[in-house]
Amino acid sequence: MADNPHYTKYHPKWYRHKVPIFWWVHKWTSIKFITREITSVFVAFYAVVLLFHVSAVAQGPEAYDSFLSCMKSPVSIGAHLLALLFASFHSYTWFSLAPKGLVVKMRGERVSGPVIAGAHYVAWLIVSIVVAWIVLSA
Amino acid sequence: MAETIALEVFRYRPEQEEEPTFQTYEVPLQKDWVVLDALNYIKDTLDGSLTFRWSCRMGVCGSCGMMVNGDPVLTCAAFLETYRPGPIRVEPLANFPVVRDLVIEMGGFISKLKRAKPWIIREEEKPLSEGEYVQSPEQLADFKQYSMCINCMLCYSACPVFGLEQDFSGPAVLALAQRYNLDSRDQGATERMNELSQDEGIWPCTLVGECSEVCPKQVDPAGAIQRYKLSSTQDWWKSLLMPWGAKSKVGDQG
Repeated sequence: MADNPHYTKYHPKWYRHKVPIFWWVHKWTSIKFITREITSVFVAFYAVVLLFHVSAVAQGPEAYDSFLSCMKSPVSIGAHLLALLFASFHSYTWFSLAPKGLVVKMRGERVSGPVIAGAHYVAWLIVSIVVAWIVLSA
Repeated sequence: MAETIALEVFRYRPEQEEEPTFQTYEVPLQKDWVVLDALNYIKDTLDGSLTFRWSCRMGVCGSCGMMVNGDPVLTCAAFLETYRPGPIRVEPLANFPVVRDLVIEMGGFISKLKRAKPWIIREEEKPLSEGEYVQSPEQLADFKQYSMCINCMLCYSACPVFGLEQDFSGPAVLALAQRYNLDSRDQGATERMNELSQDEGIWPCTLVGECSEVCPKQVDPAGAIQRYKLSSTQDWWKSLLMPWGAKSKVGDQG
């Protein structure tokens, strides 16, 4: 329609509804989606903490001790617990969505969603155990 | 007296008003009536000026999509009984400009559809004497789900990303592109990828998933887009790590 000058000449005034900033508060699925997006901030926060950790290790024992004492403060522990909570939710949503993008076929049949999500959880568990073993045995 | 139900219908008459209004109509609550029947009843007996699109009345043409009580649905499949005792709020599909009453402007969607090249592309057609392009049931199953799209645009109304970024190609267009990418007879995946891996192609999608929820044909556009993203990413890594290798067919990885 817009490409045809005969129509655009007598163009009616189209009504355009503006999307309000809080468009997402009316539906549970939208709230869940926005929460999932916000969890990324906490995942990013933890990534930054990890960078500081590596930097402290590189700077020597003194810097590392001061980093550790900083991490033991109640504010830091609270922030870490919050980050853990959001990162867990982030992982949960990620694994729930994995079957949407991943198409795996076995003997010509598509592997079902719960199996793909389940495989992700198993992999998560194995990686967590290995990391825990490395950290605790050090 | 027969039972009735109220329909609050979105009215927008650009020659009369700047802002839309709602007009309430009482229609008979017939057991076998859908919202589209009620709209036709209004048009035939109460108010001939009410404007809306419809055609097949049986969920095939994709013309009668509207927002009913805030959800994008095909009005030919939305029974009045479900919304008892009412009122039922009927609005044009969300996220599109409104031309008049319940009629939306779909030019943008049609031009995006063309960009996705939703047809079989062959590098070279084989001569007729060699016969048809044979396809196994397994190969058909790879793309059949995506071929069920009726272009009703309910997915665009459900997609908040499209609401905020009108340039986004959108769920139906990308699902249709995937329908051809995954077709064993097609060789146009790279051509489509060049077009749809642009900023306004697959990448604005943040996987809200609502498009798949509202699809009346269970096409699962959200899944199609994620598969497309995965293919595009694999393609990018391949071109980075093996620049000498030819580009893979997009559909290869799923």
